[in-house]
Amino acid sequence: MTNEASLPKTFEASDWKLPSARKVALICLILTETGLFSIFVAGYVFYLGKSLTGPTPREVLDLPVLSTICLLSSSVTITLAERAFSRDRVGRFKMFWLLTIVLAAIFLASTAAEWRRLIYQKGLTISTNLFGTTFYSLVGLHASHVIVGMSLLLLVFIFSLRGFVTIMHRERLQMISWYWHFVDAVWVVVFTVVYVIGR
Amino acid sequence: MRRRLDRHNDLLRSLFAFALVCVVFMGRVGTVFGDPDGVTSIFRPLAQPAQEIKETSLLVLVICAVIFLIMFGLLVYSLIRFRHRPGDEASEPPQIYGSNQIEMAWTVLPILIVFVLILVTSRTIADIQNRKASPGALQATVTGHQWWWEIRYPELGIVTANELHVPASDQSRRRPTFLKLQSADVAHSFWVPQLAGKTDLIPNRENRMWIDPTQPGTYLGNCAEYCGTQHARMLIRVIVHPPVEFERWVTEQRRPAAEEPTALEGRRVFFRNSCVNCHTIRGTSAQGAFGPDLTHLMSRQTLASGAGLNTTETLRAWVRDPQRLKIGCLMPNMQMTDTEVDQIVSYLQTLK
Amino acid sequence: MATQEIALPGLKQPGISSIDRLHGLVVTVDHKKLGLMYVGTAIGFLVVAGLMALAIRLQLAVPNNTFLEPDVFNRFFTMHGTSMVFLVGMALVSGFGNYLVPLMIGARDMAFPRLNAFGYWMYIFGGLLLYFSYLGAPGLAGHGSAPDVGWFAYAPLTGRAFSRGHSTDYWILSLLLTSVGSTVSAINVIATAVSLRCKGMTLMRMPLLVWLMIVVNFMILLALPALSAAQIMLLVDRYLGGHFFDTQAGGSAVVWQHFFWLFGHPEVYILIIPAFACVSEIVPVFSRKPIFGYPVMVGATVMIGLISTSVWAHHMFSVGMASVGNIFFAISTFTVAVPTGIKIFNWLGTMYGGRIRFDLPMLFCIAFLFQFLIAGLTGMMLGVAPFNWQLTDSYFVVAHFHYTLVGGFLFGIFAGIYYWYPKAVGRLLDRRLGLLHFWLFTIGFHVTFDTMHFPGLLGMPRRIFTYDAGRGWETLNLITSIGALLQAVAVLCLAINLVRSWKKGEEAGNDPWDAWTLEWATTSPPPEYNFASAPVVRSRRPLWDLKHPEDPDWKYE
Repeated sequence: MTNEASLPKTFEASDWKLPSARKVALICLILTETGLFSIFVAGYVFYLGKSLTGPTPREVLDLPVLSTICLLSSSVTITLAERAFSRDRVGRFKMFWLLTIVLAAIFLASTAAEWRRLIYQKGLTISTNLFGTTFYSLVGLHASHVIVGMSLLLLVFIFSLRGFVTIMHRERLQMISWYWHFVDAVWVVVFTVVYVIGR
Repeated sequence: MRRRLDRHNDLLRSLFAFALVCVVFMGRVGTVFGDPDGVTSIFRPLAQPAQEIKETSLLVLVICAVIFLIMFGLLVYSLIRFRHRPGDEASEPPQIYGSNQIEMAWTVLPILIVFVLILVTSRTIADIQNRKASPGALQATVTGHQWWWEIRYPELGIVTANELHVPASDQSRRRPTFLKLQSADVAHSFWVPQLAGKTDLIPNRENRMWIDPTQPGTYLGNCAEYCGTQHARMLIRVIVHPPVEFERWVTEQRRPAAEEPTALEGRRVFFRNSCVNCHTIRGTSAQGAFGPDLTHLMSRQTLASGAGLNTTETLRAWVRDPQRLKIGCLMPNMQMTDTEVDQIVSYLQTLK
Repeated sequence: MATQEIALPGLKQPGISSIDRLHGLVVTVDHKKLGLMYVGTAIGFLVVAGLMALAIRLQLAVPNNTFLEPDVFNRFFTMHGTSMVFLVGMALVSGFGNYLVPLMIGARDMAFPRLNAFGYWMYIFGGLLLYFSYLGAPGLAGHGSAPDVGWFAYAPLTGRAFSRGHSTDYWILSLLLTSVGSTVSAINVIATAVSLRCKGMTLMRMPLLVWLMIVVNFMILLALPALSAAQIMLLVDRYLGGHFFDTQAGGSAVVWQHFFWLFGHPEVYILIIPAFACVSEIVPVFSRKPIFGYPVMVGATVMIGLISTSVWAHHMFSVGMASVGNIFFAISTFTVAVPTGIKIFNWLGTMYGGRIRFDLPMLFCIAFLFQFLIAGLTGMMLGVAPFNWQLTDSYFVVAHFHYTLVGGFLFGIFAGIYYWYPKAVGRLLDRRLGLLHFWLFTIGFHVTFDTMHFPGLLGMPRRIFTYDAGRGWETLNLITSIGALLQAVAVLCLAINLVRSWKKGEEAGNDPWDAWTLEWATTSPPPEYNFASAPVVRSRRPLWDLKHPEDPDWKYE
């Protein structure tokens, strides 16, 4: 009769290295989110030029230079924070991590300001025309992901202030940074499609 | 070692099971090719492009049938020949992991079949879709509504509902009908199986299709895209006339509404009520565009896009309370008295 | 060989109250319990949605029937479709994956047990929300508000103008919830299969089921976002005044169809591949031979996964795409048939030369093979766009997809249930009840779905609550409905069998089927920790190697 006690216990290969489950999971998450964003980008591109009325992208969109610089820099600062963390320079880690959060906050504030301008000065809302619908949906979807990322960053920062973040959490921090890089990469695509190609 | 007799028996058993299943299937298949009236089989086309579709379809069916027979035969044979027999517990069969040659064979063969299908399909698609309207072709626009069909012949100045009248083509003169398909609300689909495949009616989009019938008659069809509560009762009829009769129909339809001296009361009641807000009767002040054009209501075979035949009974029931015959439809119960209903019906019956 | 007594898990321990047992299920993160919860809940929804189907068939049995009012009928076919795809199909995919993958790779649990539990509860809340719509806010004609827009909810019927009330909103929100559940389950299964395999189990030594689950879950990750995105867009239209599908403002109804079928087509492969997985495990064991062409099976499944993302618009042949578009999608549809056919050949090749035992799991697999062959062929027919112009949106298509989903998916799942129930519960399902289930269901299935093709060929469109006499549809519909009754009785037999055998079935032991993958090495049911020590494998069939030390697989692979 077979049971698992009689299965072989030795193994000829010296080591058995499998990818980290966390990394695999985060890559899967990024894959599925990419799918989600792709559909909104496809919708945006499809409806370019098809609005029946209302302001066009060229008329109302300005290049969001400040927010882009902030968000892209935040990718740099989070990498620096990670590097500091792996070298056990906790003070430096906290500083760069906080800087990342601040840059994200500026991005969000800048987006909010832009939306305010678009709504109140240019009369572009989500229901104005096809451009409004697709624009706010796509940019809003991205912004919601920034908010989620920022909340994660903030949580980690608060924990680190209390000394709860240790070297054991290195991989988890890396996963958060991967998510953050993904959000940045999406912004590059959104920026290109909406503000460069679409105008 | 298996004896020859055993293998022989296995083969016989396989063939028997195989034949049994085939017979059962073939028996069912007969219905589609049968010939009772009113049956709108896609295999009884009486027009192009339905005929061309049928030819392509039969070819595909034959290919699929051959594949089925081969695979099914192999399955039955394997089950019978390689079944477990008493005394087999002692040993396991040869453990075969696979065979590259066999895999190659049964990859290449399907690819060849796929290639044939691609060629056949592409040709038929291009042939049907890329047909252009000849100068003599009839043009009509069909607009889908919840739950009726609006049909306009812009060149002829005719507006009607729920019945598409077209001329038949014959040897001397081909006169296909080219349709523009639109929708006023949600997605619908125009399907008259004996004339053509279905094409959708989608709002904010104009689709085109054509039919070229050669046999006069009445062809039944349905809306084939779920469009809400009464999708089931959005029936369409295509009436194919011989060319001379078609011209006669056109002349009659172009006339404005009859002005009969009878049913004056009914006419007054009709125009007093809000009927005119939804319905058009050409030549009168009723110019509503929400519901079907009623100018020649009595010339139609059915009422309410097939909810009932065009009889006095049905008409009376409809005018009294449309919700009874077609619950959820967009014509409300007008809350009229029996007298008013009778009067209106007698007026409507003058609209020949 | 030394045997070990392993303490039987909580399922058999006396003295635990029902409340404690229920609490145990609510807080559990054990993949086996969650897997069984997924399967059990799915079967529950199967029964409910099946009853709806029965009502639909009763309404359609005779022309001009008044058994169901139009609105009720329309809600039934919408809820039937939505429930069957999402609450039964996806749940069974998750259930089988979560239960079997760790056991088959020699792991202790999933990579993320708590995420697993989260996924299950999102699924069941989504399902309950969908059914709550019957009770929720007022909708059409006072019959409650269940969705009535069809399971693929075409625009603009789902817009605010045509879908007043909240029926569409329930459809959207409940599916967004269940999609979260499916997505996290997908992430979990992939991470588990990649990262937690026991020593020696390379990717090409995994059981085929695990490979297929990896492919399925990647497809879920890529396809579900299309649906969720479209649903979010629909919500924007309905509540924020958006115009994604608002044809009055220039929006396109066809875009909804594209986005939906971008999800919808991979979805049907997501449903069928787990059935393939069950069949790929069961047919070898009951043919007493390894699966024919393992690497080709892996490759073919990956190809199916990839190609299936390019065929979606074969659901839209009648929408009025240009001939170029129709030709492209016809070609891609034929192309996906090639790897699918190869798999059927390989299963046949497994049986050929074997010693086939006709136990219940195998009976269902044989029926699966026969039925999936036919379903694949009618699918090819539907890929011929001109033929499709006649057949789409008719009962031919309804017959086709029920052939794949019931004749294929459900039969594969039934095979899996008869095969793995003994492992999960420790007792075999009753053979006689099982045979009754099999024969009644198979006969009922064929009476219904073979016949159903013909009304389609005779012009009967789908989703109609009634039809007139004189079209040639009456007798065919009556026969179809009779088959439905047979299937209902069959499912009842299954339900009784499942419940009765739980406590009274014949004890199964570790390995009732003389099988070869790791789950059969541990007890039935497995202890909470699955394996006392992590196994080490040297081939695809570790238990074959143990049972045949003179002729192990690793010498030949």
